[in-house]
Amino acid sequence: MNHIADAQSEVYKEEARELLTVLEDSLLQLEGSPDDKELVGQIFRALHTIKGSGSMFGFDRIAAFTHEVETTFDLVRNSEIPVSKALIDHTLQAKDYIKLLLEEPTTDEAPCEQDLKALIGSFNKLVSDHKETMTQNPPTNTSTTITSAQGASSSNTPAGLLTYRIRFCPASDIFLTGTNPLFLLDELQALGECKAVAQTNALSSLEEMNPELCYVAWDIVLTTDKGIEAIRDVFIFVEDTAAIHIEKVDSPGDGAAEEGYKKVGEILVERGDVKAEELKEALGEQKRIGDILIDKGIVTRDKIASALAEQEQVKEVREKKAKEEAASSIRVAAAKLDKLVDLVGELVTVQAHLSQKANSQADPELVLISEEVERLTGELRDNTMSIRMVPIGSTFGRFSRLVRDLSKELGKEIEMATEGAETELDKTVIERLNDPLVHLIRNSIDHGIEPPDVRESLGKTRKGLIQLTARHAGAQVHIEITDDGAGLDSARIREKAIEKGLISHDAEITEKELFGLIFAPGFSTAEKVSNVSGRGVGMDVVKRTIDALRGHIEVESEQGMGTTITLKLPLTLAIIDGLLVEVDKDYYVLPLSSVEECIELDHSKKTRQQDGRFVNLRGHLVPYVRLREQFGVKGDIPDVEQIVVTGSEGNKIGFVVDQVIGEHQTVIKTLSRVYKDVDSVSGATILGDGTVALILDISKLSQVGRCEGNA
Amino acid sequence: MAKCIMTVDDSVSVRQMVSFTLKNAGYDVVEASDGQDALGKLNGSGVNMIITDLNMPNLDGIGLIRAVRSNDAYKFVPIVMLTTESQDSKKQEGKSAGATGWIVKPFKPEQLLGVIKKVLG
Repeated sequence: MNHIADAQSEVYKEEARELLTVLEDSLLQLEGSPDDKELVGQIFRALHTIKGSGSMFGFDRIAAFTHEVETTFDLVRNSEIPVSKALIDHTLQAKDYIKLLLEEPTTDEAPCEQDLKALIGSFNKLVSDHKETMTQNPPTNTSTTITSAQGASSSNTPAGLLTYRIRFCPASDIFLTGTNPLFLLDELQALGECKAVAQTNALSSLEEMNPELCYVAWDIVLTTDKGIEAIRDVFIFVEDTAAIHIEKVDSPGDGAAEEGYKKVGEILVERGDVKAEELKEALGEQKRIGDILIDKGIVTRDKIASALAEQEQVKEVREKKAKEEAASSIRVAAAKLDKLVDLVGELVTVQAHLSQKANSQADPELVLISEEVERLTGELRDNTMSIRMVPIGSTFGRFSRLVRDLSKELGKEIEMATEGAETELDKTVIERLNDPLVHLIRNSIDHGIEPPDVRESLGKTRKGLIQLTARHAGAQVHIEITDDGAGLDSARIREKAIEKGLISHDAEITEKELFGLIFAPGFSTAEKVSNVSGRGVGMDVVKRTIDALRGHIEVESEQGMGTTITLKLPLTLAIIDGLLVEVDKDYYVLPLSSVEECIELDHSKKTRQQDGRFVNLRGHLVPYVRLREQFGVKGDIPDVEQIVVTGSEGNKIGFVVDQVIGEHQTVIKTLSRVYKDVDSVSGATILGDGTVALILDISKLSQVGRCEGNA
Repeated sequence: MAKCIMTVDDSVSVRQMVSFTLKNAGYDVVEASDGQDALGKLNGSGVNMIITDLNMPNLDGIGLIRAVRSNDAYKFVPIVMLTTESQDSKKQEGKSAGATGWIVKPFKPEQLLGVIKKVLG
């Protein structure tokens, strides 16, 4: 780093010397033709560059001094000071002085301090003489406030967590200045807890829309400790053209806490979207305030949505604060929690039974009670589940040490970054994730990231990067391990897969499927087994653990650019959303997360091509498994069967059932050890009427289906 | 894919400083010595962003911004101009010509990267 900086400052010196020569020449010419604007401009540019680059390369003294001279010449350029003999004399002296500074930058004391003071004095005199002559015209240019785009670093005063309401209406031609408003929202997001609601009411119909214009405005609620200046800094480039309102909403503990949260209506009034009278009138009616206001056409749905977002955010902040205050937590034995989850599971089952009974008896009173129980059970279930949730951050933290030690051992320079450490996952899932993550990170370090020298020769930074990201995606959590290393060599994987007999010579498989093969047992493309990895065991372990957690693995890789491995895991292991199906009066549950669609298999239309177990799904052949045959169920086959199409690991496979019943909150019960060898079933659940339904293991069943399909 | 940034400045040292900072941060860099040079190097280069000085010979920063904005292929490309505190009027002119943002000289590498992140994501 240092030698580069030295080389840089050498470039600067070289350039400054040239500029000083230009400066001298121009000054001398200017003496002959004092009205030449072009010459003045040239002098100004030279001074300007000397100053600008000077301070960037650490020649602060030059920068400071040149600034004085430049200020004077700015006035000259604007014809506010005439070109005089004195001016040129002083500037020539200044030039010599800059040269002196340039050649002897190492001295601690400014050389010839006397001269310096005299020089600065004479420049100031030139300027002040000018000021005196035009007293009623105060100089504006020189004292303009320095609006620097240096971000949130300088101006923010830490003020504790405050919530701000920001309304950002960009000018419709914002894109024409190359601005992407979404980046600004991202930047806000980085400041703190942030909710943005898009206001789309300006959006016209598709025919009238000009795709080059921006029709959207945003209402943003942001809770941050960075202060309002930091927020203004975000919008600094657009503040002239866009309408931006920033207001403080609510500071926790300002006494309002006892009064409860602000009502949506109050917020709308405060924002000036609704008048107080209109609000009062609306309140006379009995519907929810937001709906009424929308019905009346006073505000749009977007405005309500954004007010609601603000309410929620304030609530969350308060809750968080309350949580921090009541930081006293209770440590409870995990077994007690497990028991609680079990009981809640039982309760969900009983509740399902109750609802069924209530509905069949058509007793309105009973239905009412059962609905109440349903609501409470749902809440209880969510709460109990959330007790078991812990943030993944602590697990992430453990890996930075691993990365540090391993990279040192292998002579690599690697940095680890994490994102989404606050993402919560079931405790059991997190514990079991540790091993797979270790394997994946080891792999990235050993096979992925190249040694520093190799990286440099490839034009990459010396330091490799491993990024761990966790985020929620519906009922799943996605964990990504990204490295910027060599990427997977698809040709080598193919070679190796053929060698191991995993695929045939002429197999046509997609890159994704090919990458999936690295998780096969014993698969390793490493030429030699190292201390860290290469035995081909690790990835197999990863795959098995993730399967056991009912998750999926996806691999993306670009050769030379890096690899991303995504683990998709369910939020919890205890209760899942399932699809309940029936085969000859027996019930089965398929995990809803892997169900893609349900289609009919009509036997009356003799469309079966050959006896193949394939169905034509919009031009794609999808193989299917008959659960009836799979489980040896006798009995009559109905005329119309249903196929539940599932997607697992990028492959679609259908399961033929008699009837699809519907969604079902499935409390997973593990089967007793007697059934531990049954691999097409992963558990069981109890339905409302006490019947047992088996939970099918789709990936295992798919393998069976594929084997049969190939045979 | 690394994003490609063009730095336009008649001062070699500023150009080098900018380009050194950008390369270290993993961007690809194209250098141009003035507006004319920049326009010549722009076409087909796949530049994702332009950082330009304002005071330059041949074609100055304002002229460059106008020219880029009238080029269909690059009219949405973020352009950041390098200004000094004494150039407020220039800054206004640049903004109305279509500049995305500005950086006040002198600046530190972190400030430069902060602004790039702001406009380039």
